Amino acid sequence: MPSNEFLLEIGTEEIPDWMIEPALDHLRRLLLGGFEKLRLGGGGQAGMPVTNVETHATPRRLVAHVPELADRQPDIEELLTGPPKATPPQAREAFARKLGVDPGKLSVTSTPKGEYWAFKRREKGKKTTQLLPVLLPEVVLGIYFPKTMYWTGKNGPRFIRPIRSLLALYGGRVVPFSIAGVKSGAYTFGHRVLGKPRIKVTGFQQYLEALKDNGVVLRAAERREKILADAARLLAAAQPEGYGTLRENPALLNTLVYLTEFPTADMGQFDPAYLELPEEVLVTVMQHHQKYLSVSDAAGKLAPRFVFVMNLDGDSSGAIRHGNERVLRARFNDARFFWETDQKTPLRDRLPMLEHVTFQSQLGSYRQKMERNVALVRRLAAFVPQASVEHAARAAELAKCDLTTELVKEFTELQGVVGGLYARAQGEPAQVADAIYDHYRPESMEERSPRTPAGALVALADKLDTLAGCFSIGLKPSGSSDPFALRRAAQGVVKILADHNLHAPLPELIAAAQPSGEAAGQLGEFFLDRLRYYLREARGFRYDEVNAVLAVGAQDVPDAIARCEAVRQVRPTSNFEPLSAAFKRIQNILRKAGGVGQFPGEPDVALLEAGAEAELDARARRVFEETKESRDYEMVLRRTAELRPAVDTFFDKVLVMAEDERVRRNRLTLLAWLLRAFTRVADFSEIVVAKDV
Amino acid sequence: MALSFQDLIFRLQEFWGRQGCVIQTPYDVEVGAGTMCPETFLRVLGPQPYRVAYVQPSRRPADGRYGDNPNRLFKHWQLQVILKPSPADIQDLYLKSLRHIGIDLRKHDIKFEEDNWESPTLGAWGIGWQVMLDGLEITQFTYFQQCGGMDLDPVPAELTYGLERLAAFLQDVDSVYDIAWNPPKRGAPSFSYRDVRHADELQFSVYNFERADVPTLWQLFELHEKECRRLLAEYPSGQEPVEKRRFPVLAAYDQVLKCSHLFNLLDSRGAISVTERVAVIGRVRELAVGVARAWLDQQYADVRPPRPAGSPSGTSPSEEAVVAE
Repeated sequence: MPSNEFLLEIGTEEIPDWMIEPALDHLRRLLLGGFEKLRLGGGGQAGMPVTNVETHATPRRLVAHVPELADRQPDIEELLTGPPKATPPQAREAFARKLGVDPGKLSVTSTPKGEYWAFKRREKGKKTTQLLPVLLPEVVLGIYFPKTMYWTGKNGPRFIRPIRSLLALYGGRVVPFSIAGVKSGAYTFGHRVLGKPRIKVTGFQQYLEALKDNGVVLRAAERREKILADAARLLAAAQPEGYGTLRENPALLNTLVYLTEFPTADMGQFDPAYLELPEEVLVTVMQHHQKYLSVSDAAGKLAPRFVFVMNLDGDSSGAIRHGNERVLRARFNDARFFWETDQKTPLRDRLPMLEHVTFQSQLGSYRQKMERNVALVRRLAAFVPQASVEHAARAAELAKCDLTTELVKEFTELQGVVGGLYARAQGEPAQVADAIYDHYRPESMEERSPRTPAGALVALADKLDTLAGCFSIGLKPSGSSDPFALRRAAQGVVKILADHNLHAPLPELIAAAQPSGEAAGQLGEFFLDRLRYYLREARGFRYDEVNAVLAVGAQDVPDAIARCEAVRQVRPTSNFEPLSAAFKRIQNILRKAGGVGQFPGEPDVALLEAGAEAELDARARRVFEETKESRDYEMVLRRTAELRPAVDTFFDKVLVMAEDERVRRNRLTLLAWLLRAFTRVADFSEIVVAKDV
Repeated sequence: MALSFQDLIFRLQEFWGRQGCVIQTPYDVEVGAGTMCPETFLRVLGPQPYRVAYVQPSRRPADGRYGDNPNRLFKHWQLQVILKPSPADIQDLYLKSLRHIGIDLRKHDIKFEEDNWESPTLGAWGIGWQVMLDGLEITQFTYFQQCGGMDLDPVPAELTYGLERLAAFLQDVDSVYDIAWNPPKRGAPSFSYRDVRHADELQFSVYNFERADVPTLWQLFELHEKECRRLLAEYPSGQEPVEKRRFPVLAAYDQVLKCSHLFNLLDSRGAISVTERVAVIGRVRELAVGVARAWLDQQYADVRPPRPAGSPSGTSPSEEAVVAE
């Protein structure tokens, strides 16, 4: 082991796959923070901070590796200055007493202000081997997990799962500490079945090799590559049968990567007779419930094949494939049974059953929610001109009926989808079926909005009713707690308006859902927040661009997007940012003069001074007249930006705060008018210009 | 030759018996899960170590399928193991138990996948996994954290094997009804799971879904609830340990189990609306928590007072969770 190498492995029982990456990130930050606080440098040289903490994980181990960690803190040497040399001896003695040193140890230091008594304090830096045993237990137990447990009793530590082994080496030596009765040591452990339970470790390279020899692939990227390579090989072998491609599912792949220490993919098959069931149902069973990757045939349709991943080096006897096929068969049989049972009671006959399904205790049953949704669809219809109101209303009526079906009770993630599939099978028009199918969408920023205008209308009504209802009874999201997924609902509304290019004013949408009391105002703010988030995170607009655009109007979502887009396009041009600076200056001048509101109307042309002032007025009016009707915001901004030279000349040549009060007032009115006239697209003063930063 | 259903049970009992477990018999009151038996629910409370294993037929009326469905049963059989405190090598012990029933871990894929357990009616929850064997869930593995609303110290490990699933896997049959119950013996009849249990599944499905009289069930529920409340009210909390020890806390707990089972029956009859549901769960939980407190006070009165319930952040069980567990 290199003499300054640091290696930590926390050996645990299986950590939930989805918690591992965030835990590694936190582990890395805790170590970096700890090293910084302890002034432990990297690069083998005191003073250079550690930047290189590598982390790795499998379900049973969290690992951190630092190639170079300084072997001690730097010494501290500082000069503490006391009273002036000229003061009486008592002051000097008092200073020495305060420091707890002999007055004879004080020296004299010269400063520009004169000579002073001073003391040179020296503190020797501690050795890393003394510091790590204190730091490491704090770091390990400081890792955040969303849900923790205790296992050695209530006085013991909490962690995500029991810690069973600790490997901690610095410079090849054990860093001694213990957690919950487990002592740190120089040993790791292999794969449960493929490896030895106790393996001596001397350094990171040897550790990696020892793990590999004992059935553990430490690097997540390697496990991912292995799964994909195995799958590619299996698919190539299945080519003659026409089974072409793996259906991508990065989230599931990541789950499999963190469920295994030694992943091996293999391919199973199922009876093609099950393909009579909708693909959505089959894929949900395979991916969500069995964690299998599904496969497409050459035509892109679901193939009667699946790829499963075992935590083992192979399946020589075929028993594992046989077992997985057997489980899938049972699952598909269940699904088919539910599908057939559900068909006996069409969606429309399920309406009375919705009375027995509670939406929320104060907001009534799903039957009541359905009735509100239908009414809201009609009130919102004008905002979605492309939608057939009758189709949308019918869809809203039937949309929640699938909550009473066996299939949705078993596969809750298929709510909506199942309703859409049943509606189609039961002869409802495609418009209705598709709207039901899509009405929970979009559930994330990545998921697409409902495909049809009718679907968009139903989805808007469903989400707005939920939002208005919950806000009206005080169920607002707070912090990380959002049990009714209201943020997602509002985000969905914003995304639908954007994707379907619906110029519906948000306050009118909110009002249509009839929130009570203060809820309307709260919802307005809530939506503004969601719109801001959407523009920044989903559309990638810069912080100040979003602020500038929303400052002058945040009611019409597609319009706000168009204005952001225009700002983004025009921003790099040479005149734009200087003009923003000029607008900021105008605002400051007006603020000092009592505010923009003090100067209504237009400037009096007769009072304008010939030259720069009259020139600015004339140019600005021309640009304003030519752009005021336009929705081509990019053009508006370009033309506005062209005013920059005139504005600059104005400020160069003209004194705003003129002696003559009428002239001064007229100039301020000109500036106020400029500000009002040219902030239709965005408030330029919100743009952060490079030199402001 | 794969293990018969009964040999599977014998093997698991043998294994856990050798680990120092008391091998108990199934509890003789209807329960929804092995966790509800006093051997688990009450024994996990307090500091006294305990190890026990038992088979528990577990009744979940709503899961009945008239004996038609190859995988779903009104009454399935669990093998329940409690190790209190949980030993550090508990996972290895568990894997050894699988080898003991003939599963070669070199030839099969075992995964521990996150699955936390909770029972709102018992005020109980824990952290753990579902153990997957070649894609099949065969065991629920839980570190108990709370029971009867009280923090557990020491922490017990609970292993719940699904016996029908394991047997069907070992015998490689697609329907639980095709499981061989006993090993073949020349000159003696062989019995399948169907022979032994089908009438039970069919008749109880008919009763639970069609014939159970709802007003009678409600009446029974209220009677058992009343009896439990009466007993809890009479618990001599101020008196000497000797007096307390005589008090029938265990009998009060039987009343809780009756209430829980009647609730499940009412539920399968569709007699409980969603709004009522939460309230009725709350009533049963109140009884369960009352019994747990009394038991702890009674058993440990002369040792130390019961600990007040702690509530670790973000881990309180939700009211809406399934009740039958």
